[in-house]
Amino acid sequence: MSTPTKPVKTTGRPVRALAILAALIVGLLATALIQGATSVRLGLDLRGGTSVTLQPRASNDSNKITSEAIDQAVSIIRQRVNSLGVAESEVTAQGSGTNRQIVISVPGDSGRRVVDLVGQTAELRFRQVLAESSALGGSNASAATPAAGVSPEINAKFAALDCTNPASLQGTGADAPTDVIVACSRTGSSKYILGAAEVLGRQVSKATAGIDQQGASAWYVLLTFNGEGTKAFGNITARVTSLASPQNQVAIVLDGLVVSAPVIREAIPSGNAQITGSFTQVEAQDLANVLKYGALPLAFDRGEVQQVSPTLGADQLHAGLLAGALGLGLVLLFSLLYYRALGLVTVGSLAIAGAILYLLFLVLGKSIGFTLTLAGIAGAIVSIGITADSFIVFFERIRDEAREGRSLRSAVESGWARARHTIIVADMVSILAAVLLYFFAVGGVRGFAFTLGLTTLIDLLVVFIFTKPIVTVIAKMNFFASGHPLSGFSAKSIGKSHPATALEA
Amino acid sequence: MAKFSGLGGRLYSGETSFNIVEKRKRWYSISALFILASIAALVIQGLHLGIEFKGGASYTLNKPSVTVEQARAAVANIGIEGEVIVQKIGTTKVRIQTGAVSPAQSQAIETALTSTFGVSAESIDTQLVGPSWGKEITKKALYGLIAFLLAVMLFLAMAFEPKMAIAAIVAVVHDVFITVGIYALVGFDVTPATVIGFLTILGYSLYDTVVVFDKVRENTKSVAANSKMTYSQAANLAVNQTLVRSANTSIIALLPVGSILFVGAGLLGAGTLKDLSLALFIGLAVGTYSSVFIAPPFLAQLREKEPAMQALAKRVSARGGAPVATEMKAVRPSTGSGPRNQPKRKGRK
Repeated sequence: MSTPTKPVKTTGRPVRALAILAALIVGLLATALIQGATSVRLGLDLRGGTSVTLQPRASNDSNKITSEAIDQAVSIIRQRVNSLGVAESEVTAQGSGTNRQIVISVPGDSGRRVVDLVGQTAELRFRQVLAESSALGGSNASAATPAAGVSPEINAKFAALDCTNPASLQGTGADAPTDVIVACSRTGSSKYILGAAEVLGRQVSKATAGIDQQGASAWYVLLTFNGEGTKAFGNITARVTSLASPQNQVAIVLDGLVVSAPVIREAIPSGNAQITGSFTQVEAQDLANVLKYGALPLAFDRGEVQQVSPTLGADQLHAGLLAGALGLGLVLLFSLLYYRALGLVTVGSLAIAGAILYLLFLVLGKSIGFTLTLAGIAGAIVSIGITADSFIVFFERIRDEAREGRSLRSAVESGWARARHTIIVADMVSILAAVLLYFFAVGGVRGFAFTLGLTTLIDLLVVFIFTKPIVTVIAKMNFFASGHPLSGFSAKSIGKSHPATALEA
Repeated sequence: MAKFSGLGGRLYSGETSFNIVEKRKRWYSISALFILASIAALVIQGLHLGIEFKGGASYTLNKPSVTVEQARAAVANIGIEGEVIVQKIGTTKVRIQTGAVSPAQSQAIETALTSTFGVSAESIDTQLVGPSWGKEITKKALYGLIAFLLAVMLFLAMAFEPKMAIAAIVAVVHDVFITVGIYALVGFDVTPATVIGFLTILGYSLYDTVVVFDKVRENTKSVAANSKMTYSQAANLAVNQTLVRSANTSIIALLPVGSILFVGAGLLGAGTLKDLSLALFIGLAVGTYSSVFIAPPFLAQLREKEPAMQALAKRVSARGGAPVATEMKAVRPSTGSGPRNQPKRKGRK
């Protein structure tokens, strides 16, 4: 802390710091250009859209909330949301470990359906295949040979089913277990008529993907049923295995879509089955996951649903920007009035901080999907104050040192040595607050914490590699060093008790 | 402005000095009064929680011609349990808030609004909050608060000294209490945005306190060795020397927050911006007060209990009751450390 008045070193260093700053800004700009990021990604509250926050809840005693289960739920919900075909829909888990919420965001007007779509806990079911067709387009011509036990009504529905239409692949979960249903395969590559459900997802006790080491390294899925399931699965396999294709297949149906429809080679009374096929590793693991978790592995409480119309979004964006401009204007005005020419350094520093922040918004939008929300804008505006605070701490320190009778050049150096400590400690507290807010919060709060933390870091950076070097440079200028009335360092304005003893400028 | 700057110089040299640390009982009484009022307000009135905490639904119609009565009539027959609050927001919007509704009821409300007022469902801003949601976010906010206080205490104890950490935390808890009390008293809505505001105040209030404490630490570093001033006197000088800085940083912090409040309340009428900035505005004002009037006196009180500081106080009073600095007229110390300008006592005899 103690800083004796050693010979003031002013050459070289400020220039180097400013060069680093310039390199940083150019680097960010180049990154943004290369990424093709031209505008800041706006959150739903600024451009309109629907967001749904789901709170996981164990659906029954055996179903604990695990991190794995949440991941699985996210990927199932993502699949459902993506089937809506709305660009830039997002499904993310926020929080940490098992204490996470799932947040679904769908921009624009089409978000309405999302609310109904997600969070349904559809169940995994095993159904006998009654008919299969790879003729995907819907047609009104009835299928040539109605399968046994299929009503003409279902047959007509089957014929009309169009699996090339994304709407058919949405997965409704509206498949009553006792009904005969028509369904598309998940990939949309074939369509089926399926019998009533005979084995349920909760009767599966274990499912794992494995690789056959001896043969052609084929991936397979091993399936184990519980007591109830073993009996039911034994019955269905014994019945269908001797039937003609396609009725010797058992479809695994999730969410009203056929995940897989393996041919049953033999009756399987043991409760242990192996599903083989030309699986890739990913496919085998996906299938095992689906089997293991049934459907959504968790039940969800609908935490919050928020729909913002594009009009309100535009209003909020407008208001946020206006508040920012107003706040910035007032801070600059105050700085100039109080610190005179020195206030220009504040203006410059805030401009640099603003430029870096904007470029980071661009780059982070592309690289980590950062979106700017209203709370984020508020965080940025609030941080104008924090950033300007550091300058004040620094400037007042310089004035203190000057009051002691130091020359401006020496006051800048010794004032900086002391102000630096204060600024670092104070900013660390702010960053601490931002980090904790980020980890303990959901949704809007996180956006606020993120921008607050980011801007505090930028503040530290700017103070070190812009504000300080610039002040060092201007301290050499006669206008400031001689204490010109407009410089912010006049004897009158700082109330120096010893009139300019050390003005060896 | 120049006059105010001149004051900064006089405060720095000790020419003008406010007896802030010594008159701690006065500040404690004022704060105790506020805190008691806050507790009373919390107990009697409680906080006015937004639907995010209670669970419920909110529908905002953006159509200037719709009146509150019309909106109320439109949803009257749906059979929503509990109170339905209908408000005009700004000049163009009407907001309908209800308690928890089932998805079917929610659908019915929307249908009623779209058919009655001829607007599309997409143009209605809706918010549905499940009943257990509030508990979840309250829990999280509380964990966040505790983690924050612990982390900050540890950090300040390392960066400064343990007693400064305690004094800083006392000041912060004081700020939160009074801010929450004002909310209960006035009946402002508490929403998640308000909670963000509360949590941010913690950071802010500490920022101010850190600035003051940094100077206190500097002034008191060699106070025992010099036997010129007691710890309290040295701390008081520090508070006076940083007074202009505290005032300026607070003004600068309040300006942008005030702008958000002005735009948020004036232009949007309600929502994130207003809730957040209102909490910040109140909290900042309280935080500035505590960083000058609560944290330093409390710190001085803690430190004065130490035997070394008591001995110091005795030595100082043995020297004639007041710290005398005549022998040491503010010559610039060559080392830069140690006592700098001693306060010149006015009316010294």
